[in-house]
Amino acid sequence: MTTSRLSSGGAEIDRSSKISFKWNGKTVNGFEGDTIVSALAGSGHQLVSRSMKYHRKRGLLTADYWDPNCFVQVGDEPNVRAGHRKATNGMDISAQNVWPSLERDMKSANGLVGRFLTPGFYYKTFVRPQFLWPTYQKVLRTFAPGGAVDHQSQPLYFDKRYTHPDVVVAGAGPAGLAAATAAAEAGASVLLVEHDHAVGGHLRWGSDADRDEAARLEAAALAAGVEIMTDATVTGRYDHNWVSINQRSLHASVERLVKARAKVLVVAAGLVERPYVFAGNDALGVMTAGAARRLINLWGVKPGTTAVAMVANEHGDAAVADLEAAGVSVTSVVDGRNGEFVSSTTASKGALSSVTLGDGSTVDADLLITAVGWTAPTSLLNMAGDRPAYDETAARFFPTKLPPEVIPVGGLVGDGSTAQIIEHAAGVGRVAGATGISARRQLQAATTRAAVVDGAEPAIPAMPEPLGRDPHPELYRSDTHGMVDYSEDVSSKDLVAASKEGYDSVELMKRFTTVTMGPSQGKLETVNAVAVLAEARGETIEEVGTTVWRPPYAPISLGALGGRIFEPERVSPIHPWHEANGVTTILAGQWIRPDHYGDAQAEVTNVRNNVGIIDVTPLGKLDLRGPDVPKLLNLLYTNKWSKLAIGSVRYGVMCAEDGVVLDDGVTAHLGEDHYLMTTTSSGAAAIWEWAENWLQTERPHWQVHVTPVTTAYASINIAGPKSRELLSRLTDVDLANEAFGYMRVRTGTIGGVDDCIMWRIGFTGELSYEIHVPSGYALHVWEHLMSEGADLGIGAFGLEAQRIMRLEKGHFIVGQDTDGLTKAPTAGIGGLIKLDKDDFVGKTELSTLDVASLPVLVALQPVDGSVVPEEAAQIVLPDSNDIIGRITSSRFSPTLNRSVCLGQVEPSHAAAGNIVTVLLFSGERIPATVMEHHAHFDPEGARLRG
Amino acid sequence: MLIVPCPNCGPRNSADMRYGGESHSRPDPDSTPIEEWRNYLYMHDNPAGWLKETWYCGSGCRRYFTTERNTVTNQFREPAINYPEPGGSQ
Repeated sequence: MTTSRLSSGGAEIDRSSKISFKWNGKTVNGFEGDTIVSALAGSGHQLVSRSMKYHRKRGLLTADYWDPNCFVQVGDEPNVRAGHRKATNGMDISAQNVWPSLERDMKSANGLVGRFLTPGFYYKTFVRPQFLWPTYQKVLRTFAPGGAVDHQSQPLYFDKRYTHPDVVVAGAGPAGLAAATAAAEAGASVLLVEHDHAVGGHLRWGSDADRDEAARLEAAALAAGVEIMTDATVTGRYDHNWVSINQRSLHASVERLVKARAKVLVVAAGLVERPYVFAGNDALGVMTAGAARRLINLWGVKPGTTAVAMVANEHGDAAVADLEAAGVSVTSVVDGRNGEFVSSTTASKGALSSVTLGDGSTVDADLLITAVGWTAPTSLLNMAGDRPAYDETAARFFPTKLPPEVIPVGGLVGDGSTAQIIEHAAGVGRVAGATGISARRQLQAATTRAAVVDGAEPAIPAMPEPLGRDPHPELYRSDTHGMVDYSEDVSSKDLVAASKEGYDSVELMKRFTTVTMGPSQGKLETVNAVAVLAEARGETIEEVGTTVWRPPYAPISLGALGGRIFEPERVSPIHPWHEANGVTTILAGQWIRPDHYGDAQAEVTNVRNNVGIIDVTPLGKLDLRGPDVPKLLNLLYTNKWSKLAIGSVRYGVMCAEDGVVLDDGVTAHLGEDHYLMTTTSSGAAAIWEWAENWLQTERPHWQVHVTPVTTAYASINIAGPKSRELLSRLTDVDLANEAFGYMRVRTGTIGGVDDCIMWRIGFTGELSYEIHVPSGYALHVWEHLMSEGADLGIGAFGLEAQRIMRLEKGHFIVGQDTDGLTKAPTAGIGGLIKLDKDDFVGKTELSTLDVASLPVLVALQPVDGSVVPEEAAQIVLPDSNDIIGRITSSRFSPTLNRSVCLGQVEPSHAAAGNIVTVLLFSGERIPATVMEHHAHFDPEGARLRG
Repeated sequence: MLIVPCPNCGPRNSADMRYGGESHSRPDPDSTPIEEWRNYLYMHDNPAGWLKETWYCGSGCRRYFTTERNTVTNQFREPAINYPEPGGSQ
């Protein structure tokens, strides 16, 4: 036990507020303000995890969000970053992927065979024989790292927010705070986003004076009106400064995905401290100088008792001073600026026991801190198109070329005293503020309905003088090999081996060895990996270059990405009746529709014998007016419309230009220059757009006005032999067959409601009237139909009954029986394709098709009528599994007391009377007969015309 | 998500729009050789650079318009132009 809690100190813990939680079943005590890792370290727990591949013992390395060794399971939540997550009372925390325990992990045997687990081991070892792949998969899966997912977990709520600030500042260290404040003081609306739990950046774990400075900067930002978001990460920058922010630590929601349209993005990501590569650099007790400073100054934790410090910058010097102030005996300071270095360590039971220096001397120690330099986390700059360049004098990458709306500040662009960095960032903030305001005003001015553009056009000041760059020794790898990627267990030796095998470009090396591909995503290891490769190739870091950082900057949970769904749910005005009458609903697109009211088969029988009504309100309806409507109909539909008389309706199919079936429906000629087009329910919005597209872009001289009336009318289909009798009780329109025949339309009053449209069509195959009622009165008309039809045996029916009946009649559904490759002739509507018309959409392709080669939509009846094949079951050759088609629709027909199907089959198997083989999901093969007509029931249509 | 300049509504998120692809006029199907027709239908220029495209402002003015976008930088080049008013003379 080398880490312990100091008796005083720790700026961010509240010693008066004690907490306790379970760690692998044992109680651990800490204070309010502790992270899980600081509480563990404060209680003497150094061992936090086992490494991914070799199951080596691992303890804290950076003690922050990026710590690769600190992933734990908290209750049912896997992969929690213990270096970042605040500890709370009662947490149940355990180590991940260890068996039987963290201390005695059997899989650490992996470490013994470590020399076999070279890069590419899995690729090379488990490639043959192929028939063993499933076995390999099963075994290897037990070695997968990470925590356990609890499949019983309750769904959690994740939120979304949209915001439109003038300036987003990523990172609230001194530079970010200063830039945000200056931008806000210039009049801009500013959102400042901080990854950590508090603002201040590296000032937080500095001296008391540093923390005072951080507090002053925070107060100034708040006074200037900056919105500050902590424990939130700017995860990505996309086109036109669309910025995604993942916000954590919320009360009402687990996480919130914030989508911000920043006029200017100021990137103040700071610098990430880089670990040093040497033999034994992953022993417990080896950590970055930043980790030691955070432990001491934020949480009052003593990181060890006897320390060696390898330092190459002022930050390292300050860490040594912190260690001494905390009572740690610093026995050796290895100064990297003088060419001194650490060569290797030895460990006892995983924990550091001694350090061998570059001069060969060995020093006993239980703590080794390294301050060897910085990685510039340029991710957000990469996402804006920047390709940073390496500066060997400063030993880090710097940005090269950025669009004007993305501006880096702070450590990303240079060095200096805190005051210099603040001054520079404030200058940039003034530019960002003015630029953001100007961009916002341009957006407002371009919006014609915005009468007023806010404020005055700001003068954009000049950019401040750039920051200087301090020289820093290039310290990447010692004279020994060690871990480069802690989270993926990739050593520098592995990288050299990969390079020798030919994977010597940085992108190939990354993919072959998985270096930088773990949860740290290269923040700690990328530059070390590049340096090792450069050394292996005998080139410079500049020549090797770096991998491109892509979104997200930090991982986002799938819950946050899925998040709250803004899609509305739609219901018809008749929906209250459905709910009061035992409906089971089905979601169709955005619509919640009645599927059935308990027994779909009985609903079918009732329609066939008596009368039923169904709510088909989502049916797409377009009101078409103007002298050129027939031209539009002739263009969009494959059949002819010029001679459709007033008072008649006609069925039509629409194709895309490639001849694929797009939609179908019935259009009625209501009056002079006045038509009502119906589309499929799912196609309502798309067909409206489709019609507008042709009218606006290709035929702008046509006089047609299209008005969507899908929800202005509610639609009800009245079907069954008694439907005429029922409707006649509610309307004075003459319903006699001679007066109002099949495929005719009338307008009139129904149940006292004027301006209703009714037409006779036959999707169900029965005598039926489809009525379109002004929506506000739809519920009244529905209830009226139900009460007037009581003595006729009326029953409501749902989509399922309708689907059974249309299948009995062999009517296809676009998108169910056709797909994105189904050309019109396949659907059996050859008679509706009028190639002698002047022009229609799809004509050229349909004219040149080899129709005889197309699949054919046919009706199929399984020989054993009790078997209902699954929809999408394949139709195969009798003696093989070669696919020749598939079942597209399948139901049990109560009318015929047998199963009925539609399916697409290859033309050579489509002849009536042919027997085809259907391969069921179970693997069973059943014979089915190709029928002569699509309609299984009443193919002559006597019922619907009666 | 891009900001697309609608000539009527001003700059709006592309989620408000439908992308109509490369702008080109439909040849007369009867007088166009089939190879040329197929080129129109399937063979697009797909340049790395400026491209004239059609957008549909579905959540705003519901007008189709053309504009030029640089496919490399996603910059839009003014001005965006409406297709002619419907019902106008040819």
